[in-house]
Amino acid sequence: MSAVDTGDTAWMLASTALVLLMTIGLGIFYAGLVRAKSTLNTFMMCISAMAIAGVTWALIGYSLAFDGDGALLGGLGHVALNDVGFAPRGEGTIPHLLFMAFQGTFCIITVALVSGAVVERMRFGAWMVFAALWSIGVYAVLAHWGFGGGWLFQEGAVDFAGGVPVEMGSGFAALAAALVVGARKDYGRQALLPHNAVYVLLGAGILWFGWFGFNGGSGLGANQAGVLAFVNTMLTPACALLTWFVLDLIRGRRVTAVGAATAIIVGCVLITPAGGFISPGWAMVLGFLGALPCYAVIVWRPRTRVDETLDVLAAHGIAGFTGILFLGLVAQAGWNGEGIDGLLYGDAGQFGSQALAAAAAPAYAFIATFVLLKVIGAVMPLRATEHDEAVGMDVVYHGEEAYASGEGAILVTPESDGELLVADPN
Amino acid sequence: MKLVIGIVRPEKANDVLEALYRAEVRGVSLSRVEGHGGELERVETYRGTTVKMGLSDKVRFEVAVSDSFAEATVNALCEGGRTGEVGDGKIFVVPLEQAVRIRTGESAEAAVTPVASR
Repeated sequence: MSAVDTGDTAWMLASTALVLLMTIGLGIFYAGLVRAKSTLNTFMMCISAMAIAGVTWALIGYSLAFDGDGALLGGLGHVALNDVGFAPRGEGTIPHLLFMAFQGTFCIITVALVSGAVVERMRFGAWMVFAALWSIGVYAVLAHWGFGGGWLFQEGAVDFAGGVPVEMGSGFAALAAALVVGARKDYGRQALLPHNAVYVLLGAGILWFGWFGFNGGSGLGANQAGVLAFVNTMLTPACALLTWFVLDLIRGRRVTAVGAATAIIVGCVLITPAGGFISPGWAMVLGFLGALPCYAVIVWRPRTRVDETLDVLAAHGIAGFTGILFLGLVAQAGWNGEGIDGLLYGDAGQFGSQALAAAAAPAYAFIATFVLLKVIGAVMPLRATEHDEAVGMDVVYHGEEAYASGEGAILVTPESDGELLVADPN
Repeated sequence: MKLVIGIVRPEKANDVLEALYRAEVRGVSLSRVEGHGGELERVETYRGTTVKMGLSDKVRFEVAVSDSFAEATVNALCEGGRTGEVGDGKIFVVPLEQAVRIRTGESAEAAVTPVASR
């Protein structure tokens, strides 16, 4: 068993906190994109992922993802954090406990990502049931396949920071969720616009910041792969932003702010699978080229009847798919130090393995999510009523408003019981 | 001339606009208002503070029309704004003494007749 390295541990502690912050950033990003009457509910879907996935991960998800190298699923040896202590895991240099927490923050944000497909009409209770089951049945399984020692891992597919479970997992699950839950009642009839573009930019900025821990920490230490991924996390989104500006200019003769926020996310996702495997130069190329298919899907999707509301498929599914294939083309052993070469550097087999991951992850995420939601839907209603949808999710499910003015509000005290208190003139 | 004032649910504002458009009523102003019309109060809780929200968000349409258009305008507001539940709003029709189009200085009927329909 290897020894704990203090430098690695320090960076991973920071990285874990950075990744957790991403879920808050995502909440702000998503909240800005919906209508004002669903602001809090949208944010709360992300917050609830912290509550739910945080618990399911410790209880069972971590064990299914990272205990042993079963082809389809891990074992139950780490259920309820059994045997997860201060000694490193395998060849690692950080405490096993910290590794578990770092991976747990990934599970949390992935669950939160899926909510983008169903905001503004899914019942909050049904969402929480779905989140709990999805974090175990879909996320933990894909995490096991991608980097827990499962069959994709054994086939030689590499995934630096979560292209399989996080990006393709959330993106294709989102498509299935949007199909099962159905469109918002006003979708396609009224313009449903982002209510606060500043939140959208702010959230994207927090996500980008947190992504330095997400990708930079996925080397599992303060090491060469981590530094490479960290630097690439700066470069790829910058290039994706530039591409997006140009595409916006061509399409509408203006550079849009919500588009820019989207480009930041797309860039970060593109580099997620490839971060520690490809050179900074190729990372920039990935940013420039990878933005193209994502932009195309974002423009095309609203013309369909599929109300995949916040475009998780385009920003995460398609970008993750592109990134994981691109790494199979241009990975260089000289940069990653792990002997991973892509097709252009002489290893066609690596591209084959990457293609396998790019086919298997979307298929599993889509089918498993579709079935899971159909089952939950058979037990409880998934959707809010039309009336509740019109009123807005915030008042209906949380009894709060994001922008309450207090005008006309009557204080309920034990004495008043909600009756208007009129001062006694005597 | 009449000034038709319609106070409707914000989520029905689009339906009202659509109905007005179909009735060929083109000149419209709308503003966000808060009001109370007998509907059930919502209870909201912020930490330890519980309140009954006495006022609900509404949208107020103001449409200045010639007499012959008044009924169509009222019908459009009714049709577009109705859900059948308490809180659908009210319509007030008041006589309009004068109307002036600022751009041209036209007054009376000419000022409330949309340019495009001439």
